[in-house]
Amino acid sequence: MSSYLISSARPEGGEPADILVTDGVIASVGAPGTLEAPEGTETVDAAGAVALPGLVDMHTHLREPGHEDAETVETGTRAAAKGGFTAVFAMANSHPVADTAGVVEQVWRLGRDAGWADVHPVGAVTVGLEGTQLSELRAMAESRASVRMFSDDGKCVHDPLLMRRALEYVKSFGGIIAQHAQEPRLTQDAQMNEGTVSADLGLTGWPAVAEEAIIARDVLLTQHVDSRLHVCHVSTAGSVEIVRWAKERGVVVTAEVTPHHLLLTDELVRTFDPVYKVNPPLRTDEDVRALRRAVAEGVIDVVGTDHAPHPAEDKECEWSCAAHGMTGLETALAVVQQTLVDTGLMGWERVAQIMSHRPAEILGLSDQGQKLEPGAPANIVLWNPEGSTTVDPASHVSKGRNSPYRGMNLPGAVRATFYRGHPVVLDGELTTPLAR
Amino acid sequence: MSVPEHAEQAPGSTVSRVILSTSDIDRALSRIAHEILESNKGSENLVLLGIARRGFPLAQRLAARLEQIDPDFTARAATGQLDITMYRDDLRRHPARTPQPTLIPDSGIDGRTVVLVDDVLCSGRTIRAALDALVDVGRPRAVRLAVLVDRGHRELPIRADHVGKNLPTSSQEKVRVLLRETDPDTRAEGHEDCVVIDAPVASDPDVARDAEAAGEGTSR
Amino acid sequence: MRHLLSTAELSYGEAVQILDTADQMAAVSSRSVKKLPALRGRTVVNLFFEDSTRTRISFETAAKRLSADVINFSAKGSSVSKGESLKDTAQTLMAMSADAVVIRHASSGAPQQLADSGWIDAAVVNAGDGKHAHPTQALLDAMTLRQVRSRRTGTPTTGMDLDGMHVVVVGDVLHSRVARSNVWLLTALGARVTLVAPPTLLPVAMDDWPCEVSYDLDAVLAEAPDAVMMLRLQRERMNAAFFPSEAEYTRGWGLTSQRVQRLEALGAPTVFMHPGPMNRGLEISSEAADSERSTVLEQVSNGVSVRMAVLFQLLSGDESTPYPSEN
Repeated sequence: MSSYLISSARPEGGEPADILVTDGVIASVGAPGTLEAPEGTETVDAAGAVALPGLVDMHTHLREPGHEDAETVETGTRAAAKGGFTAVFAMANSHPVADTAGVVEQVWRLGRDAGWADVHPVGAVTVGLEGTQLSELRAMAESRASVRMFSDDGKCVHDPLLMRRALEYVKSFGGIIAQHAQEPRLTQDAQMNEGTVSADLGLTGWPAVAEEAIIARDVLLTQHVDSRLHVCHVSTAGSVEIVRWAKERGVVVTAEVTPHHLLLTDELVRTFDPVYKVNPPLRTDEDVRALRRAVAEGVIDVVGTDHAPHPAEDKECEWSCAAHGMTGLETALAVVQQTLVDTGLMGWERVAQIMSHRPAEILGLSDQGQKLEPGAPANIVLWNPEGSTTVDPASHVSKGRNSPYRGMNLPGAVRATFYRGHPVVLDGELTTPLAR
Repeated sequence: MSVPEHAEQAPGSTVSRVILSTSDIDRALSRIAHEILESNKGSENLVLLGIARRGFPLAQRLAARLEQIDPDFTARAATGQLDITMYRDDLRRHPARTPQPTLIPDSGIDGRTVVLVDDVLCSGRTIRAALDALVDVGRPRAVRLAVLVDRGHRELPIRADHVGKNLPTSSQEKVRVLLRETDPDTRAEGHEDCVVIDAPVASDPDVARDAEAAGEGTSR
Repeated sequence: MRHLLSTAELSYGEAVQILDTADQMAAVSSRSVKKLPALRGRTVVNLFFEDSTRTRISFETAAKRLSADVINFSAKGSSVSKGESLKDTAQTLMAMSADAVVIRHASSGAPQQLADSGWIDAAVVNAGDGKHAHPTQALLDAMTLRQVRSRRTGTPTTGMDLDGMHVVVVGDVLHSRVARSNVWLLTALGARVTLVAPPTLLPVAMDDWPCEVSYDLDAVLAEAPDAVMMLRLQRERMNAAFFPSEAEYTRGWGLTSQRVQRLEALGAPTVFMHPGPMNRGLEISSEAADSERSTVLEQVSNGVSVRMAVLFQLLSGDESTPYPSEN
């Protein structure tokens, strides 16, 4: 395998350094111009760029198998590479649902064959996401996909007894339940956040309490059975307070926020453009500010994209029959820079934490989310924080065109992504996948 | 709407001249009143319909004169207003005006002689629209046309039976009739009623010459 | 005005202009020749994704009185059930050279999507979308209220607004596009609006609504308001626990004969309005519906006039070209 000298990058935003990558690992890191590079080393000029460990997305919808018109493992992981991600967790709501060892192994293998990023399938908690019977969680854990995270994402495991059993059961193999917190009765026919905007627009409201009530119940259950809980896409100020309270009481709970909930509000729904329809819904400005603070304070652990591509016909229709979800892999880091870094809430070392180190830690990955130090796997994203780009979904490599940032100016750009020592993105363009 | 549409049309960079004064207008209306009685051989069966908006006060004034001349004529019972907004042929090109009420005398217009009254006759399109509007209201025995000013530029085969003043104009000019009933704020100083010509202050030397040739401009 | 999507976007001046125009349209409707040539050669499509014979007939009559060609396109269920999409339907209509599309849809926002999408360039008139807006209903209610005021004061309706009138809207505000559209329009015209409903049938966050809210109908009626507008109550709501029983709803929020008698005793000027169709015995008693105070039939005929005015305003000219002073 070839070697690369990344010159004058700023590791996690620190002082400029050269990084020598050889045979898929970081060979050495040193002051610019001080490293001894072997014959044939290709130099990648990273002057001005921030070097971050390859990003890890705990929350991606790759749509395969079953919804290949929306996305495939191939196109989804290309989008991941383009956005600086070297590992993604593929949610289970495919068709068939990823509720057996067979399906999760298939997804895992598709990811390996694609070679753009690590693909870790998420197993369904219940058979068919139906919320009635536990899936064969242990079989998925012991499969080649080594599933550790289980979620019915898109649906809530709303039966309290079933949730309790799932939390207990996964303890036997170090698993974690990732809950999509949405009380189903309180959100019947819900179309958007319940508040002043829903009152004006006559769209059925989705109250914050429907999310908060489930989170409150689940942290108590988690404490009671001494297990681990991950809360997907926290979207309200009230949820933040419950997670904070639980953490203070020592509950092993981690929380995630999406880039779109850090930037967008329900005021956008006034356009009735279904590109803004998402689950959980866009909330208020007050919620956005609380979520940003919670990430800065560490109450929320990670940013997960909830990348949810949809074919055009599922968004070019009436609001009430449009699909929920937004794409996010190719814009996540830009939104994080805009909402958390450019606002002075955090520096790049914290960005590395919330988008790489911490997700890898939660999920027990040893080959992702490591410090950029000699011996670590060479998963690196070079991010140019200067300048800005107007988002054009037509230029995205994801099949999904449903980006809510269409037409917005977002800061920064991915200059290169190294996946296991191989540059899958160079000069901002996809190159070749990793050959195995 | 307090500002009359005609007044809005007077742009800043024009020279305005008063062509007919209050007394000119009074004399013209008196003459038209006599002509109407003469051609109708009396006031029997006469109905005066003013075309909204400025035709209506003119029709009322004519009716008042008819009543003075011929006591058998009752002005109130024989005067009305015709709104032609919905019958215009240029509705696609121009924004909608709020229609004015069409007021038809209680006795109707069937079998009667209707005199349409308007302020300015130009292309003839307003009168064409008025004739259509009239058809939807009833079937008069005859329709006559009386106008205060005829400025030429006809685009349809229409002529007036009674004209207050023939006023040859260039097509760049605008003729505005300003009446106390419809234009309380925009009349020329010292005039209860007046007819005004607006000529563009021309950056185009040809137009400027035309304006000079037509007489010395007095801006107000 | 390019489209009519909601009353929230109507300015005071635009609203008064539509009402003044509607008054003149009403005069035409009382002649023997009830037709105007204004929209001759224009095509108006009634695109109804939701059944509403009353509203469709009202728009159809309005368009025909203005001499427009009318195409009725009943697309009930076709879009929502994943048949033909709104986009394809819209493009089909464009291929038929529609000048205006009157759309009724169960999904809030569908008319705005049609107007904003770039799929069509016709004028879009919202004939009721989900629980969002029903602007022509609010305009006909405003027209009715002007007439009520005109009768009372003896002044003509032209140019009139509703300054100082007190209008009470009673019933299922949560699910009502009529209530939403009326709140914005009537208050823009100067009326004071009070919404009365059980708390379950009100939105939880109405902070920016320019109206008062009460749960107590009797207290509000004691103020002798100028008008009480009863909203239609869908009986199905009971199943979703919005109220315990029809009898309890009627006792609390129905315009019962006892309430009518109390208004009579007060000598209140109150008129009774209802957008129809009425649930007699539920939100409104027969005594109220058939009383002298009821304006229900006036509302229906005003509906045609208002829709004529709206179609005329939308389809005549574009505001970039000023009127020439031709005669």
